[in-house]
Amino acid sequence: MATFTLPANSRIQIGKTYKAPKGAKRVRNFKIYRWNPDDGANPSTDTYEVDLDACGPMVLDALIKIKNEVDTTLTFRRSCREGICGSCAMNIDGTNTLACLKPIEECKGDVRISPLPHMPVVKDLVPDLSQAYAQLRSIEPWLQSDTPAPPDGERLQSKEERAELDGMWECILCFCCTTACPSYWWNGDKYLGPAVLLAAYRWIADSRDERTGERLDALQDPFKLYRCHTIMNCTQTCPKGLNPAKAISQIKTLMLERAG
Amino acid sequence: MTEKATSPAIMRSMLGRARGLGSARSGLHHWWAQRLTAFALVPLVLWFIYSAIRLSGMKRGDVINWAVDPVVGTLLVALVLALFHHMRLGLQVVIEDYIHDERPRMVWLLVMKGVTGLLGLAALVAVIKLAI
Repeated sequence: MATFTLPANSRIQIGKTYKAPKGAKRVRNFKIYRWNPDDGANPSTDTYEVDLDACGPMVLDALIKIKNEVDTTLTFRRSCREGICGSCAMNIDGTNTLACLKPIEECKGDVRISPLPHMPVVKDLVPDLSQAYAQLRSIEPWLQSDTPAPPDGERLQSKEERAELDGMWECILCFCCTTACPSYWWNGDKYLGPAVLLAAYRWIADSRDERTGERLDALQDPFKLYRCHTIMNCTQTCPKGLNPAKAISQIKTLMLERAG
Repeated sequence: MTEKATSPAIMRSMLGRARGLGSARSGLHHWWAQRLTAFALVPLVLWFIYSAIRLSGMKRGDVINWAVDPVVGTLLVALVLALFHHMRLGLQVVIEDYIHDERPRMVWLLVMKGVTGLLGLAALVAVIKLAI
């Protein structure tokens, strides 16, 4: 059965508070999920008081400031700080998003930060995404074609064919959507989740790919595809403004179209 | 590390686990039938509620007179079939969503299919007895 309460060793406890330096005028509390695999303790929520006058505008700026100046043990992933690498995906203020694209001003009251929901935690804000990566690998996200490429150039697409990929090639695989999906929470071992299904449809819709039928065959499964119950959390949470729910419904439409 | 092994150790690769047993090559018809019965139920249920309000307080004979009309009988049978089919499909999704262990899930699915099947048949028998 699905479990609705956390096991005793996963209950989140109140952690330490790190005070803002004296004289700080615009202080904001950052309440951050902490868990260390090495100390055997329960996870806790630490509070960091940050002086916004001495901090960049984004949540990631605050995290970096905390790590640099207050608590070097705080662990999180980040790289590009401009919403293109997908590393700093986390749950901020109750919504999965990229810390680098989330202005602190948009958070009401305390800024609550926790790792992407329902994934194993490696440490603090770092989730273990290996299952989602393996699922992405399983849909074979690369061009498959029996027709050899022209010897003297690229495989060409018309402008219309290329436009079919808009809204999908932009996905940066941060997995905000997948980890926001209750269906993925309950059945993530079998359901592929919105990010992977969006990637699958990206190749189904590609005019240069010749394995459309096999791709649909591989998805037609009560769990891999049809665990999507159109909850729409994926589309609502996508920090890139994409629409995975629409991609999934287009896969379902194609299934129907070919079966008649 | 003081981790207790609560399930058998898994050394199978993540990709092997993600591929799992492969695609069942089904699911479309379950999904489509659920949508179709849902659409069909909108007018059927509205018609049934309207009829039930209109018939309330009438004598048994009047209700039978209403039901022997072939159009009414057909709509009643359609209502019962769509309703119980939709119910079975929906409950199957709920059970698959929330019960993960293979054996209890199979048991619950069988129980659910038996109960909804019998309830549907009982409703059908009632309609036929009324309409014939």
